Amino acid sequence: MELILFKNMSSPGYTPKISSYLEAGGYQALEKTLKEIQPDQLIEMVKKSGLRGRGGAGFPTGTKWSFIPKTPNLIKYLCCNADEGEPGTFKDRQLMEKDPHQLIEGMIISCYAIGAHTAYIYIRGELVHATRVLEKAISEAKAKGFLGKNILNSGFDIEIYVHRGAGAYICGEETALLESLEGKRGKPRFKPPFPANYGLYGKPTVINNVETLSNIPHIVTHGGEWYAGIGVGKSTGTRLFSLSGHVKKPGNYEVPLGETFRHLIFDLGGGMLNDKKLKAIIPGGASAMVFTEEHLDVKLDFEAVAAAGSMLGSGAVTVMDEETCMVWATLNLMHFFAHESCGKCTPCREGAPWLYKIVHRIEHGEGKMEDLGLLADLCGNIAGKTVCAFGEAEVAPILGTIKYFRNEYEYHIREKKCPIHRSERLATIGFPG
Amino acid sequence: MISETAKKQIGETVSRYPEDQKRSALLPVLHIVQYENNGHLTEALMTEVAEILEISPLQVYEVVTFYTMYNRNPVGKYHIQVCRTLPCALMGAEKLVSYLEEKLGIGCGETTPDRLFTLTEVECLASCGTAPMMQINEDYYENLNKNKVDKILEELRQKAK
Ligand SMILES: Cc1cc2nc3c(=O)[nH]c(=O)nc-3n(C[C@H](O)[C@H](O)[C@H](O)COP(=O)(O)O)c2cc1C
Ligand code: FES
Repeated sequence: MELILFKNMSSPGYTPKISSYLEAGGYQALEKTLKEIQPDQLIEMVKKSGLRGRGGAGFPTGTKWSFIPKTPNLIKYLCCNADEGEPGTFKDRQLMEKDPHQLIEGMIISCYAIGAHTAYIYIRGELVHATRVLEKAISEAKAKGFLGKNILNSGFDIEIYVHRGAGAYICGEETALLESLEGKRGKPRFKPPFPANYGLYGKPTVINNVETLSNIPHIVTHGGEWYAGIGVGKSTGTRLFSLSGHVKKPGNYEVPLGETFRHLIFDLGGGMLNDKKLKAIIPGGASAMVFTEEHLDVKLDFEAVAAAGSMLGSGAVTVMDEETCMVWATLNLMHFFAHESCGKCTPCREGAPWLYKIVHRIEHGEGKMEDLGLLADLCGNIAGKTVCAFGEAEVAPILGTIKYFRNEYEYHIREKKCPIHRSERLATIGFPG
Repeated sequence: MISETAKKQIGETVSRYPEDQKRSALLPVLHIVQYENNGHLTEALMTEVAEILEISPLQVYEVVTFYTMYNRNPVGKYHIQVCRTLPCALMGAEKLVSYLEEKLGIGCGETTPDRLFTLTEVECLASCGTAPMMQINEDYYENLNKNKVDKILEELRQKAK
């Protein structure tokens, strides 16, 4: 398969410098756009490509852009979501560190499409290195006249700024991101109004993920139909999958949508670490319900994963072997969600630590059978009852593991212990001497 | 006190946002100020930031207390942050933490008496394919094992001399 997003960085000697990008044909899509394509045509092209958001929700990008009011002289913004916080996800970091100009070119073209003259890259605060790479790339692009006033003599002005977050998973949620960008606590806003009408500073705003925007130059170069020809059905193009956990070769893999989990894990990822048996797969980041080996032939496409009861989410695939205790794994993720709840909505704020406490006592052999009913009841009172999708996310680890591994919960409760001895387990895996 | 050099940087940062939206610069400005103050923020610094951005000290304080990267207490010269989230935990993050605790003689959330190291457990740092991993100040250290950790700590000790 021909790579799209990883093509440049996979060629020998490629660097994040603008010279490398230009040599690889970079910024030609931007020139073509400014010379030949009207903003409306561009939106149509992206619609035709079938490109869907890579941040998690999979919303069609062209459609999102078309919601931006066409009113001239109205200030509009583009925000690139580079908060990459979904556990298991590490693809945007690679895109930014290894090929920053691909993202920047995508952002300039996207700004032109929606009529924005200012764009912010909201990057998670810990990614200091990626921030430096982006700052450098922005100044290079400016020096070449791709950014700034009247770019390439087109009469179009555009500035891109990097904005560092400060360690809060919730700021990946698009309206929390906007609040954070405005210098406030990252608490999601109630929708509607949607950011397309009331976004940054109350102005029409598009928020797109790093990977989504990095696809744009390629769609312009080769056309919407070309892109739509890759993948299956409504899941077009390629996607970057972040493979982690018990596999021989973890890492980011660019795969056309429609391949299977088996292909990703066994062909690309080299199979299971230490040739153990596969027990569970998280198919789309911590917020996605777990799969089992029965699901290995499910296709990596938005609809197929949803039909199988989970979601493709952020493209983070975490693999667990037969010796992993699923209650322990759930407890780990509930710690994450309890820590990251922003505190705005009561069901989420109170629910997450409560869920954590229950799973904690089960894992430590102090649970009761009634706890399983209590967990289900609590989950039902959190999901769908919060301002943002964090509520659905925090119950997913519990609902998924209870669905497929209820026997493990019951074992912990009945035998008053975890079947897997942590220190023995740790002796056989990870962090070698 | 915020230095003149930092103030220049702050000025540049503020210029990235619309004139009537100075408050937007709050997160990046706090990073600049914290960096200059060896990794933590004091009430006096927060008040100064509030004055510069023309907002109330409370608006600064509520942000500082919301985001995990801002420290209200002093941290060691090297702040070691170990990722504890599932993909790293599957690859032995717990063992990495206990090894560091043993080597440094401190628990998570503590600082060594010589003020060289602070150890903290944090959530996923977007480096799950190279687990287990940790961040020390601005740098990522990935695919860790005991030998690597020994070497990293030794190098930092030397550098601090
Ligand atoms: C709790 C939560 C966390 C999220 N974190 C991220 C993130 O780190 N990165 C991201 O791109 N999208 C994240 N999203 C999705 C965004 O809200 C938004 O849908 C996305 O940035 C839109 O861009 P896209 O259409 O290009 O995917 C998150 C959503 C929720 C509910
Ligand atoms: S889980 Fe450790 S970096 Fe993601």
